[in-house]
Amino acid sequence: MRRARARTDAVAALAFLAPNFVGFLVFTAGPVLFSLVVSFSNWNLQRTLPFQWIGLENFRELFTDREFWFYFFNTLYMMLGVPVAIAGSLAAALLLSQKLRGMIVYRTLFYLPTFTAGVALMILWKSLYNPDFGPINAVLNACLHAVGLDSVEAPRWLGSMANLVGLHPEATGLTWKYWGLGARDALILMGVWTAIGGNNMLLYLAALSNVPQELHEAAQIDGAGKWATFRHVTWPQLAPTTFFIVIMSVIGGLQGGFEQARVLTQGGPAGITTTLAYYIYNKAFIEFQIGYASAVAWVLFMLIFAFTLVHWKLAAKELNY
Amino acid sequence: MTRAARQPVEGTPFRGTWWRRRGRFVVSHAVLVLLAATTLLPFLWMVLASFKPLAEVEALNPIPSEWRPGNYPEVFRQISFGRYYFNSVFVAAWVTFLQCLTCSMAGYAFARLRWPGRDTVFKLYLATLMIPGVVTMIPNYTLMVRLHLLDSYMGLIVPASFSAFGTFLMRQFMLTIHPSLDEAAVIDGAGPWQIFRHVILPLARPGLLALMVFTFLGTYGSFFWPLVLIKSDPLRTLPIGMLFFDTVYGKQTNLLMAASVMNIVPLIVLFICTQKFLVKGIQLGAVKG
Repeated sequence: MRRARARTDAVAALAFLAPNFVGFLVFTAGPVLFSLVVSFSNWNLQRTLPFQWIGLENFRELFTDREFWFYFFNTLYMMLGVPVAIAGSLAAALLLSQKLRGMIVYRTLFYLPTFTAGVALMILWKSLYNPDFGPINAVLNACLHAVGLDSVEAPRWLGSMANLVGLHPEATGLTWKYWGLGARDALILMGVWTAIGGNNMLLYLAALSNVPQELHEAAQIDGAGKWATFRHVTWPQLAPTTFFIVIMSVIGGLQGGFEQARVLTQGGPAGITTTLAYYIYNKAFIEFQIGYASAVAWVLFMLIFAFTLVHWKLAAKELNY
Repeated sequence: MTRAARQPVEGTPFRGTWWRRRGRFVVSHAVLVLLAATTLLPFLWMVLASFKPLAEVEALNPIPSEWRPGNYPEVFRQISFGRYYFNSVFVAAWVTFLQCLTCSMAGYAFARLRWPGRDTVFKLYLATLMIPGVVTMIPNYTLMVRLHLLDSYMGLIVPASFSAFGTFLMRQFMLTIHPSLDEAAVIDGAGPWQIFRHVILPLARPGLLALMVFTFLGTYGSFFWPLVLIKSDPLRTLPIGMLFFDTVYGKQTNLLMAASVMNIVPLIVLFICTQKFLVKGIQLGAVKG
């Protein structure tokens, strides 16, 4: 009887799974393996060179490729926005979780940039950041004028190679000349603006509503202040949510930056907004070096995998209290 | 009783009580209003700029001195915006339909049916969620070249009709449905298809709706894949059309803003209609399997 039941399930399962599973094999699992295989070749769609298996040559080239390291650094720099956005989401969720009147209206408004994100909004930001005529610099200049700092120049945003650490664009050292807000920072700010009220805020809101009220009351009876209650009661309760959000944000950050670069900056000025994703796109779809692009894509995948693994191991200790 | 509760506590100045009762909320509201303003101002600027004459876009004053609703039809005259609209909605509708079908069926197989190797296959699905899109994009592109599907609706629709994330989401939703329901249906003599169609699917409706909106949204705004796949103007989707408009006619900021407004208005309508179950869907999608 049991066996018969199990067999019917298996047949049904096959039927239910098949459409999705075939697509999964053809468009996800297969391509992953295929791209690994191709990364050991010099395959070029324009056939400038005869096809050849070249072993680890792509990877060896990549590790001495100055561009690769530069774009990797850019990717990491652009991820400076990740902790800011997460902290902002948490702060917004804490504010909204107070059962205020109009909470749903706020939540709806905050979610708007996430929901409408895409090329249209990026084109909007391109205009907002216009250094000479854009409203951001208009407001900044007005503020500078009001406090009597007319001589201070507003940032040139998307056209500027300035950055927060004063790094020379060729990465040859730190110079005061390049200190300030530049193209990368403009993209970071835009990302934070988009993300604060988005999915992470909703996840924190759900997690906050699950924190048992008794814990807060107990902490208050023990005389804990607002900050102490947050630090020792709320924050530990949010740990699984934070864990999930950090993983997803870092994965997103490492493979991100493509749309921004393509729509807003073409990766410039001087390549400082080119992330690994945009580099892979250029190698694969502009230069048609499928082999080399696949190798870079796999290195990116391994980076993400390594990060996830390490984070998982570290967090597993923390989460199993 | 209520009157007594409203009296200030003895020895506490009235202002202190008011502050304790309301002050925190006033500060919270002030911060929230500030945040909401930061969120909304760019949108407001976009709408206002879309009604300006071109010469005025660069003016400091955000209010147009002369309202030009004619900017909107002008967009349709300069680029085949209607065609891009249709392409985006057409492709997104097909992808949404196919993805919801395949994902809910697979989700049912993972959540409600018992079969050997189920958990292994599911872990395989989960593992692929970590793979960056660019890794699969390159082989998929060469596959499309081989199948002569470059520059076609099929090339846009078919590869997007299967999703590990959607399968994961549907499985999570279906796991929350009590197992006694399909056991009852089995006793009534229902087969797996009837149970799926008449018991599970109706109960998983909130999850399905959330998946529908996510998929529609993702496809409507998808950029990378149409960018590499589509070469000819009549097949451009909205994001690609917008990029083209920006590159070729980039100086006409007022028209660009009008196009951007038209691009996101359907999304805002969709969001307002669906936000209730969307929030639930997002929150459930993060629950660990």
